Amino acid sequence: MDAIQLIVSGLANGCVYGLIALGFVLIYKATEAVNFAQGDFMMLGAFLCVGFTNEAYLGLPFWAAVPLAIMAMAVFGYLFDMTILRRMFGESQVAIVILTIAFGFVLRFIAGEVWTHEPVSLETPFAGEFINLGGVVLDVSEILIVIVTLLLTGVLYLFFSRTKLGVAMQAASQNQLAAYYMGIPVKRIQSLVWGLSGAVAAIAGILFASKGAIDPSAGLLGIKAFAAAAIGGFGSLPGALVGGLIVGLVEPIAARYGPVGVSQIAPYAILILVLIFRPGGIFSQTQRKKV
Amino acid sequence: MSDDVLLRVKNLESFYGPIMAIRGVSLEVRRGQLVTVLGANGAGKTTLLKTISGVMDPEKGIVELEGEEIQGSDPDLVVNRGMVHVPEGREIFPLLTVAENIQMGAYTRKDADGIAEDIELVYDYFPILRERRTQAAGTLSGGQQQMLAIGRGLMARPRIMLLDEPSLGLSPLLTEEIFAIIKRLNKEQGVTMMLVEQNAAVALSVADYGYVMELGRIVMADEAEVLANSKDVQEFYLGVSHEENQRGQRRWKQRKTWR
Repeated sequence: MDAIQLIVSGLANGCVYGLIALGFVLIYKATEAVNFAQGDFMMLGAFLCVGFTNEAYLGLPFWAAVPLAIMAMAVFGYLFDMTILRRMFGESQVAIVILTIAFGFVLRFIAGEVWTHEPVSLETPFAGEFINLGGVVLDVSEILIVIVTLLLTGVLYLFFSRTKLGVAMQAASQNQLAAYYMGIPVKRIQSLVWGLSGAVAAIAGILFASKGAIDPSAGLLGIKAFAAAAIGGFGSLPGALVGGLIVGLVEPIAARYGPVGVSQIAPYAILILVLIFRPGGIFSQTQRKKV
Repeated sequence: MSDDVLLRVKNLESFYGPIMAIRGVSLEVRRGQLVTVLGANGAGKTTLLKTISGVMDPEKGIVELEGEEIQGSDPDLVVNRGMVHVPEGREIFPLLTVAENIQMGAYTRKDADGIAEDIELVYDYFPILRERRTQAAGTLSGGQQQMLAIGRGLMARPRIMLLDEPSLGLSPLLTEEIFAIIKRLNKEQGVTMMLVEQNAAVALSVADYGYVMELGRIVMADEAEVLANSKDVQEFYLGVSHEENQRGQRRWKQRKTWR
């Protein structure tokens, strides 16, 4: 019984990591830049939702606040690329990485000033509710996290495989130059990818805040998600989710059955093992160009 | 006569970093023509095509497509106006399927019926692509990837297609096959072609008109047949040796007549 509860809560954590990792991978694939502020995007999405729905702030109904926060983060991501990153076009990757790290700090500070530096929990209609399945007591929010992640994965899969825009995003990420030759507006597509990853970050943040508390430094979770993305294979969308689930599951199990402190180290130990034995990650996508 | 000109380039100058790669090129492509631009490595052929199709911006000069100036506009606008660029080295989308690659060629179009028709057209010209349509494009052979790149270019329903070295890395037999299809597309579909090639023999065998480019300048322009029979082109691009050589006269002592 204990084990099942551990696994469910590990899965729920893993889903959040996986969604943040998904944001990393989306941006990396589309623009070859790594957005180290992805964790802070997640935090900002959560705080936006808190700001919209919590009684202390605007007090809107929860089901209105969620889409508002997601849309706000989508616009935020789009504008961040359009206004700031486009000026960096042609600069080295290092400059862009440092910029996103610095931007993450700025977001952390802004969130602290606008809302609070203290941990705050998102007021959801299902907060603190449990269901009892034959002796196994499960947190409703954890089950919802798993379901929402599954649905989102399905929606993203259909989007990338069935819609023209989704295929064009893949095309632009696989061969930017060729996409440009085909008349695909690559810059606008990149901004849209940033918007998409902002929306995914917001969903991750709302899910994260719904099962616990969120504070401005929650964005540091992004580091763990980054490890998850690397484990799964940077550049693979299913890999990001699987990497997230692995990290999420290993943590509580290591904490429960392993010696003290192992749970903090475990994700990175796995990362090192994966990098040694399968440097491209579990789902590495490498393709050599034929000449 | 002049309104028959589909593409006109006037005094084009273009830089590749600090290097002036195109030094005042002027040329004309008539509707329905198959024009080739010959030249050695580094002559500026690829830069010329990139500048015409808007991937690079020119420093000076004019590019006119059907009388409208298009120099410096973004490629999506140029594609919309009926000019498509099939780049050097195929540049397909390796992880997308063959069918998805082909659909991406029609990105700027909205007419679903026309797109479906053109997909059939591409498959008719390249039956192997129909067979492989669910396969990831990166798994195709080099020749098939070149066919895919041309087919993908056709999907924009271009009036003029810029082809950059379609023979690159292909066997002589495959090169001939691809060029035969290019010729057929030109004759049957009326797609005007501007073809950049190092393989002068094959290019001149299908082309109507040719330009020879050296160090960023056009040094010779004539009907393809005339070019193929010109001594300089034969010597430097077709590898035909003349009697002088057999008599021991060193060619490098002579000046090329076009200089």
